[in-house]
Amino acid sequence: MIRHLLSGADLDAATATQILDTAAEMATVAGREVKKLPALRGRTVVNLFYEDSTRTRISFEAAAKRLSADVINFSAKGSSVAKGESLKDTALTLQAMGADAVVVRHPASGAPHRLANWVDGSVVNAGDGTHEHPTQALLDAYTMRSRLGRLDGLHVAIVGDVLHSRVARSNVLLLSTLGAKVTLVGPPTLIPVDISPALAPGTDVSYDLDTVLPGVDVVMMLRVQRERMNDSYFPSAREYARRYGLDGPRMRRLPEHAIVMHPGPMNRGMEITPEVADSPRSTIVEQVANGVSVRMAVLYLLLGGNNR
Amino acid sequence: MAYPPAAHSSPPRQPSVKVILAAADVSRVVDRIAHQILEKTQGAADTVLLGIPTRGVPLARRLAARISTFEDVTVPVGVLDITLYRDDLRRHATRAVGPTDLPPDGIDGKRVILVDDVLFSGRTVRAALDALSDVGRPASVQLAVLVDRGHRQLPIRADYVGKNIPTALAENVKVTLAETDGADEVRLHGGAA
Repeated sequence: MIRHLLSGADLDAATATQILDTAAEMATVAGREVKKLPALRGRTVVNLFYEDSTRTRISFEAAAKRLSADVINFSAKGSSVAKGESLKDTALTLQAMGADAVVVRHPASGAPHRLANWVDGSVVNAGDGTHEHPTQALLDAYTMRSRLGRLDGLHVAIVGDVLHSRVARSNVLLLSTLGAKVTLVGPPTLIPVDISPALAPGTDVSYDLDTVLPGVDVVMMLRVQRERMNDSYFPSAREYARRYGLDGPRMRRLPEHAIVMHPGPMNRGMEITPEVADSPRSTIVEQVANGVSVRMAVLYLLLGGNNR
Repeated sequence: MAYPPAAHSSPPRQPSVKVILAAADVSRVVDRIAHQILEKTQGAADTVLLGIPTRGVPLARRLAARISTFEDVTVPVGVLDITLYRDDLRRHATRAVGPTDLPPDGIDGKRVILVDDVLFSGRTVRAALDALSDVGRPASVQLAVLVDRGHRQLPIRADYVGKNIPTALAENVKVTLAETDGADEVRLHGGAA
């Protein structure tokens, strides 16, 4: 069993499938009267968030609490970080407090990898810079599997700002491990120049959303981050929405069974129209609920046994 | 499985295997427990059988099948996974979590009979009781086991026992069932022949 979850590439097909299967069992807890399991009683999980986040932090907190772990929330605002404490010193403080797992979000790519060398506990990457967000990829895979029944052989289009997206990066790695084919779609300025075929076999690139849509099982829309809108990656927000936004007519070009995903938070009217976001094909709310189950599974598999 | 070290003077001892129950015995024992359940529960009214994985599950199904042949009543059968309630989770590598599958009518207000293959320390049953209280509130809980081998570490006893087997701690009772292992048998490993 793995000790840290830092990257979508940390997971082989068997481990990823085990996480998804465990998540399916964890999901049944949400429907029970007592929404709590004793598996992580006496363990401490620290949520170390150097970047704003609502759903990921709450999701990890709910997951840890449902497994009876003690949760300490730490956000950079209003802490010693504001006074200039380094990541290493913060890590050593957490270490001294006996954290069994550290869930970390950081604006710098690679920060969780550094952290993993400094603490004894497990480190879970909850998003680092423009690098990776593996639990998001797991919950996306879980959502696809529960809606479509399988992952092997699925064709997934990931649309938008792939260049800066940690969600896209983790999804490409995990989905190709699990046998799905990924097509990255976006303006050439927002697609990485080189996608290693060794890391992500079968992944290809298209700059034209309309030709891709009729052949996919899943279309995953990425958020266009506001700060990028003025960075001249594309001429204007309106032009982006015209070419790469998912609206009603485009949604109707999808095959009958295809689903629409979005990691949130959405820019309604930009990459996705309200008609699509609120349609029955959209799994956006489901993804949030599945996030708790998947994170419970990850925390259980990292902390549940004697894996040291 | 650790065997006691052989003394230097005596010839090397082969670990012995003794068959306690053969296939026909297992089915007779299951039949008897089914009859006892009917007797003790006044015809198995408001009763639910919950199997504890792995081998408690096929045993629970067999008991329900035998009960319905004897008295023409249908007893709901479910599966209760206890992995997340074990008290030894941290002593082993992470265990895989199995499905818990309760009958559609639930267990609230019912008489729940937990079914397992071997009753030993009682820790599995303790975990099952904890798991049970998180999924509902049965009116009462009983325990049926195929084999009771003694050596309890908790104040727990079975209501229905297929076979009492006096054992030494170093011995090992192995139950195999057709559904999970291909054949019905109860064997005692490591005892003096």
